[in-house]
Amino acid sequence: MPASRRPNQLFRNLNAKIAAIPMILTASVVFLGGTAWTVFYSFTGSKLLPKLKWVGVSQYERLWNTKRWIVSIENLAIYGICMLILSFVIGFLLAALMDQKIRFENTFRTIILYPFALSFIVTGLVWQWVLNPEFGIQGIVRSFGWESFAFDPLYNPDIAIFGVMLAALWQGSGLVMVLMLAGLRGIDQEIWKAAKIDGIPAWKTYLLIVIPMMRPVFITALVLITSGIIRVYDLVVAQTSGGPGLATEMPAKYVYDYMFRAQNLGQAFAASTMMLIAVLTVVIPWAYMEFGSKKHG
Amino acid sequence: MVNPSLLPAAPKVVGPRGPKPTKAISPRNIMLYGTLIVVALYYLLPLYVMVVTSLKGMPEIRVGNIFAPPLEITFQPWIKAWAEACTGLNCDGLSRGFWNSVQITVPSVIVSIAIASVNGYALANWRFKGSQIFFTILIFGSFIPYQVMLYPIVILLREIGLYGSLTGLVIVHSIFGMPILTLLFRNYFTSLPEELFKAARVDGAGFWGIYFRIMLPMSLPILVVAVILQVTGIWNDFLFGTVYTKPDIWPMTVQLNNIVNSTQGVKEYNVNMAATILTGLVPLVIYFVSGKLFVRGIAAGAVKG
Repeated sequence: MPASRRPNQLFRNLNAKIAAIPMILTASVVFLGGTAWTVFYSFTGSKLLPKLKWVGVSQYERLWNTKRWIVSIENLAIYGICMLILSFVIGFLLAALMDQKIRFENTFRTIILYPFALSFIVTGLVWQWVLNPEFGIQGIVRSFGWESFAFDPLYNPDIAIFGVMLAALWQGSGLVMVLMLAGLRGIDQEIWKAAKIDGIPAWKTYLLIVIPMMRPVFITALVLITSGIIRVYDLVVAQTSGGPGLATEMPAKYVYDYMFRAQNLGQAFAASTMMLIAVLTVVIPWAYMEFGSKKHG
Repeated sequence: MVNPSLLPAAPKVVGPRGPKPTKAISPRNIMLYGTLIVVALYYLLPLYVMVVTSLKGMPEIRVGNIFAPPLEITFQPWIKAWAEACTGLNCDGLSRGFWNSVQITVPSVIVSIAIASVNGYALANWRFKGSQIFFTILIFGSFIPYQVMLYPIVILLREIGLYGSLTGLVIVHSIFGMPILTLLFRNYFTSLPEELFKAARVDGAGFWGIYFRIMLPMSLPILVVAVILQVTGIWNDFLFGTVYTKPDIWPMTVQLNNIVNSTQGVKEYNVNMAATILTGLVPLVIYFVSGKLFVRGIAAGAVKG
């Protein structure tokens, strides 16, 4: 190895390398290093502070034997499946409505999208108030004379998760609509003309021709919505604090509570590792489909 | 809205022109606009309820319903929310959180965009061995749940003595803003004509010379999008605010949640709603002012990966 060539290679394009230092540090130290660190320490008995007391998989055993974690996973599953379906259906229907060459399209889009600018905390608090059983929707319907009307998602554990969903849909469906609308606008108008000449009804054109053509948009939306669902935290904290009981507990909240409140770091690391696995099972197949064939990541 | 530039020409037109207009009132249109108006009402309702509630006195709230407009408009809840509401021992209202959020958001936006634009520029024009690999890790890293990286960052910040400080939070925001912003700038700089870069190279400009004299002045459109994305994102952040700060320097969202969800004392719904609007005001103003650019920002954010 000639000593004179080595520095030459390293210092080539030096400024670009210096400029990329923050990116290199973030990617390697925080993203890769941090993730590896958390996964590694999930196999230790860390309590208040991380320490290297190897306990094997017992944190995971304990995790899957904890009722609160199981309930959190169930909640996330119900919330996730319903959110996915409803986001897609509502987002697409709204986009299809907006695509009918309507007047005031900008106004309607502005109205439907504005909640997306608001934080989950604001969203959660507003809906906490709108769903207040005494003064909110339930109270009003009752004051119209329907005394037995009951809609109190904040106090009824059976439907609490749907109260959160209502708020989440209000906040996020505008984004899905904008994505879908962009997808619809990207469809060649000739296809619509051809379908019209062939006498295919509009709904059939959407279902059989347009939606399959919008596959990339659907996949983007799927990845976005899913990673949002798995991360859901602020909304629940603001709207219900996980209650009533355990009815709206979520995995992300489990991690936070064990990490900074219950001072049981090992549990928190095990739980967050499970979250990581959940995300990877969505992202890896997607990345493989999107980039795998083109042979670059 | 009527385009004013078209108005003066109108009288000159004699007789009908253009294709025959479709009937304004048809069953299809009634259905279409009816649905749209109902949908719009659903989205507007919470905002309306917030505003109305914040303008009522507590006695009126207790007897009425949340949709009724205020009989007596009072701005007392707003004053209280801004200057008097208590979080723990501090009773100086949301104004404290507001200024904290400003102090967090402004440097975070500047630092994160500065880093990401230089990164994106290096990735677009000055590729070096391994740059692509780090970029790929960065993009995939943005899908990792934050919970996985929360504690390692606590340790890192503690090591450099910035845990619980505004500077620490600024660093955290810069880190987590990096994937999407870098992607944004890289794609933008790649789309610029390469001749521009080559001509500057021939004229002897170096890495920083080209960046400051050519690339940065040309990146105004994407800068605006990045600023919108970051200001709303950082202002709305809650998780990092709770984890990496202490009560004195809590951002507005964290303080808001503490005011509204505190278990002690009588719930003052009007103050709570005024506080909620105040917190949502900054991103809302940005949203309504920026209009189409905001949509472009999220569309850019949506294609990440």
